[in-house]
Amino acid sequence: MFSYEFMRNAFAAGTIIAIICGIMGVFVIARNMSFLTHTLSEIGFSGAAFGVFAGWAPLNGMLLFTVVSSVIVGQLSARSERREAATSAISALFIGLGILFLSLANKNASYATSILFGSVIGISASDVQQMLWLSLLVLVVIFAIYRFLKFDSFDHTGARVKGLWTNVLSITFLVLLALSVSVAAQIVGSLLIFILLTLPAATAKYFAHTVGGMMILAIALALIGVWSGLVMSYISNFPVSFFIAAIEAVFYFIALGWQRLQTAE
Amino acid sequence: MESAPILKLEHLGVTFPNHPVFEDLNLTIRQGEVWSVIGKNGVGKTTLMRTILHQLRPTHGKITYLPNQNEVTIGYVPQFRNIDADYPLTIKDFVGLNLTGWKLPWLSAKERAKVTKILAQTGLKQLAQRPIGQASGGEKQKAYLAQALVEAPNLLILDESTASLDPVTKTELLDLVAELNQRLQLTVLFVTHDIPMAQKYTQHYLMLTPGKVEQGPIEKLTTEKVWEGENV
Repeated sequence: MFSYEFMRNAFAAGTIIAIICGIMGVFVIARNMSFLTHTLSEIGFSGAAFGVFAGWAPLNGMLLFTVVSSVIVGQLSARSERREAATSAISALFIGLGILFLSLANKNASYATSILFGSVIGISASDVQQMLWLSLLVLVVIFAIYRFLKFDSFDHTGARVKGLWTNVLSITFLVLLALSVSVAAQIVGSLLIFILLTLPAATAKYFAHTVGGMMILAIALALIGVWSGLVMSYISNFPVSFFIAAIEAVFYFIALGWQRLQTAE
Repeated sequence: MESAPILKLEHLGVTFPNHPVFEDLNLTIRQGEVWSVIGKNGVGKTTLMRTILHQLRPTHGKITYLPNQNEVTIGYVPQFRNIDADYPLTIKDFVGLNLTGWKLPWLSAKERAKVTKILAQTGLKQLAQRPIGQASGGEKQKAYLAQALVEAPNLLILDESTASLDPVTKTELLDLVAELNQRLQLTVLFVTHDIPMAQKYTQHYLMLTPGKVEQGPIEKLTTEKVWEGENV
């Protein structure tokens, strides 16, 4: 399996994605942003389609659309009572735009499928390098603002009372999330990115005792899902995103069952 | 001898669009004093606290922190808090959240010592590893108090933070605040509806009524006419 360059690239990319998604996922769950993450992934699809239309690499189109829209989405959904409706409206608009750009680019349905569901064979060494640099940027910023972000994510009221710039933190986090979405879309596809950005962390929440522990467990669960998914996809020739989705969903249901047992005791 | 003032409000007023919340509030709070801010719902008690905390800009007047703004640190325990019961956040971690700054993600030995000290002072040492989401109402309030105190503020504001507690837990928490006031010369500002509690634990009273601010003995302030904002 590792004699093929595309598999080596896919494993390298998958490892980077799992680490980024494990860390970012902890904050996504703490900030109740699962739905927003799903919306950003749809915006990623639209951005990739725009990239194809404009003759760019799909990743660059994704970066442009997700980063710009993350700021807009953050502003529009600042008030919790309109968050879901505003997010739904933006999601619908961007899916429509994605379809329009694909149509204008004269690309066939299989190209749309690879953007939506990801592709193992499409990842080159230069893609891996670009993903590595973007991921390092996300990690450095998270490291620098970790204490503020942790305070605001796990105790928003306390952070506001402390006088932290919670709006600035929120927008910074959304931009980091947009970068993570663009990176992760390379393997799992834009439609299923939220799997890795939500399920490993949502599962880890039930087993971990500290935020650091939750992060390590989320990374481990994401790694297991991505690595196992790649191997199964290689063996069976079925889409990798199916296996990753199934593995992470099984982990999550086990966690829910375990939590139920704990509560019943 | 009177202690040094740490907070001075002069002709302070806050007006929301077409709606004055309070006007011409004058107040001097000295180190080690315990104040109760009382009044009916909607008269602006929390607005006043938010103004003191720099979260709202006053429309009129000014707030002076003495000897200067950098030396007056404020710990605030708000009325509501939204903590997910499943968060893997221990009481110890929760208290440590308030230690911020451009620092490494993990706490230094000095910061860990601060957390340990405040957990001991608030009677939470045995509960340090309990997830905050699984703590009882009283334990949570103590954890909120410990978080507010971990940076050793010289002014502590409790914004109706005992309202949902049973009488025994409430007394336990307020006794703890009274003890910290005595031992550390901590200045305390209670925002409350609870007149018996205010009488038991505080020496100074400020009453907000619709359009008016009153100071004086609690017996005078709690007469029906003052409570309703009428001149007496």
